[in-house]
Amino acid sequence: MTTAAATAERMIVFEGVSKFYGEILGVNRVNLSIAPGITSLVGPNGSGKTTLMNLVTGLLKPTRGKISVLGISPHDPERLFRQVGYCSQFDSFPRGVTGREFIEFYLSVHGYARGQVRELTQAALERVAMLDAADRKVAGYSKGMRQRIRLAQALAHNPAVLILDEPLNGLDPMARAEIIRLFQSLAAEGLYLVISSHILHEVDMMSDSVVLIHNGYVVAEGDVHGVRDEIEEHPMQILVRCDRPQVLAARLFEHEHTIEARIHDDRRGLFVKTRRPDDFYLLLNRLVTENHLQVESVAPADDDLNAVYQYLISSDGGRVS
Amino acid sequence: MAEGGEAATINWSLWARQMLVILRLELRKNFLGRRALLLYMLAGLPLTVLTAVAIFLPGDTRTANFTELGLAYSVLYGALILRTLLFFGCAWVFMNLFRGEIVDRSLHYYFLAPVRREVLVVGKYLSGLVATVTLFGISTLGSFALLYFGLFPKQSMEYVFNGPGFGQALTYAGIAVLACLGYGAVFLIVGLFFRNPIIPAGLFYGWEWINFLLPPLLKKVSVIHYLHSLVPVPPPPGPFAVLAEPTPAWISVPSLLIFTALTLVLAGLHIRRQEISYAGE
Repeated sequence: MTTAAATAERMIVFEGVSKFYGEILGVNRVNLSIAPGITSLVGPNGSGKTTLMNLVTGLLKPTRGKISVLGISPHDPERLFRQVGYCSQFDSFPRGVTGREFIEFYLSVHGYARGQVRELTQAALERVAMLDAADRKVAGYSKGMRQRIRLAQALAHNPAVLILDEPLNGLDPMARAEIIRLFQSLAAEGLYLVISSHILHEVDMMSDSVVLIHNGYVVAEGDVHGVRDEIEEHPMQILVRCDRPQVLAARLFEHEHTIEARIHDDRRGLFVKTRRPDDFYLLLNRLVTENHLQVESVAPADDDLNAVYQYLISSDGGRVS
Repeated sequence: MAEGGEAATINWSLWARQMLVILRLELRKNFLGRRALLLYMLAGLPLTVLTAVAIFLPGDTRTANFTELGLAYSVLYGALILRTLLFFGCAWVFMNLFRGEIVDRSLHYYFLAPVRREVLVVGKYLSGLVATVTLFGISTLGSFALLYFGLFPKQSMEYVFNGPGFGQALTYAGIAVLACLGYGAVFLIVGLFFRNPIIPAGLFYGWEWINFLLPPLLKKVSVIHYLHSLVPVPPPPGPFAVLAEPTPAWISVPSLLIFTALTLVLAGLHIRRQEISYAGE
């Protein structure tokens, strides 16, 4: 076996991969080698993150180029999905199933014996803290619970590679922190985690490396700190949906890293601009507890991310490391 | 541990196990899912009608003429059960095997499992077959029994168990099985190839209905021709029918089986290349 082939067997490799939907560009000329650990694909909506993930899992076929996952082609599902778990962004489920049944259904398709299916399901539910709700119908789950049960389904068969499309969407701050810890522990076990996100702060917190995508092109890739340096000067806007945004705004202004706070038109949310999202999220958790605020969701407002990309593209458009 | 196997390994036992699992999961959907309601209604319709006939038809209007009764069942079977209820039942079940999951946006879960897509096609097809054969088999045999035993319980015992009745009932049930095989394969393909399968299904329905008007050669480009060739009591042809020799059973049955096999191969080839984006579905 050549050195290149041996390397390919230990990496997720994209070689000159392009995908066009008719005339519309999905991704173009992507060359990447992804090593174990957490790699984040970051880009605004429509930048090509999901396309890359669907290509690597064979849900889409590349128009040009070649992909291999630990030496396996995405078009060999029998081998690929013993190694790979994919938590896609499709927020849909087979009708009428409970969380446990959902995981068991697809585990049983792997060919596991019934007892093993039960054990693996139980372990996966435990990992995402969904044991209590496992026997309820998925249709009655909150968005965060649906996200977690899909995550459990993706990791139930203990894959070596986990592909996760926006896995933190819809999770409350506590759940986000728990899931990020789970990702970090999986990465520490030597797994490959490829995570897409448009939340730079989260990427920053958990990633070993980062791939920035814009309009279907990889505009920067490399060590997360290098990329962070590029974007540090750009404030991030976050929308916090809660019951008393006025109270939250008043408390946030007591801290210097809050640049701006603007109450949402429906008066049930607060737009916050900050230069230090790490500190902001920590502060938010504290303020929510101290002031007994009911937080519905915390999500970045996209425009800022676009601004970061504009900055990256207009500065040098090159690789960070 | 589940069997991994190398790329080129033919792992029949794993495939068989996976097929059985898919069959089991899909049967649950076909029998207990929301979409099953229409199937029960279609299969139950002739039973309801014939139960009503048996209850409400006055005794003095009944004549135990088994030749006429045989013809009556043949017409009922050909026009109502075979051409309409079973046709639409199969359309509903088989088109939804893949199309339904695309509409529900849940097909990707199967595509993300370590299972050959051809195995998925066969597993899903078998589940549709078991569901339709069970329900329309019951519908066929039940309506036969209701027509004979509902109207003439005593005389029918003799006709069915010591006469040609039992053989006829089994033949009708066998035709229903072949119809499910053939129509199932057609609608599986229609559901895979067409984003809106209603239009091709409607065209196919029209083609099957006008079969009696077609010249002999064109009659053979259909499923209904081979099924009609097998009925034990041929129905009256009607005033505009173009008459043609029925195809013998030894050609009809293998033809339908070969057609089904080829259609499944085509479905397998198609699904290998199938992409999932759900956009515009």
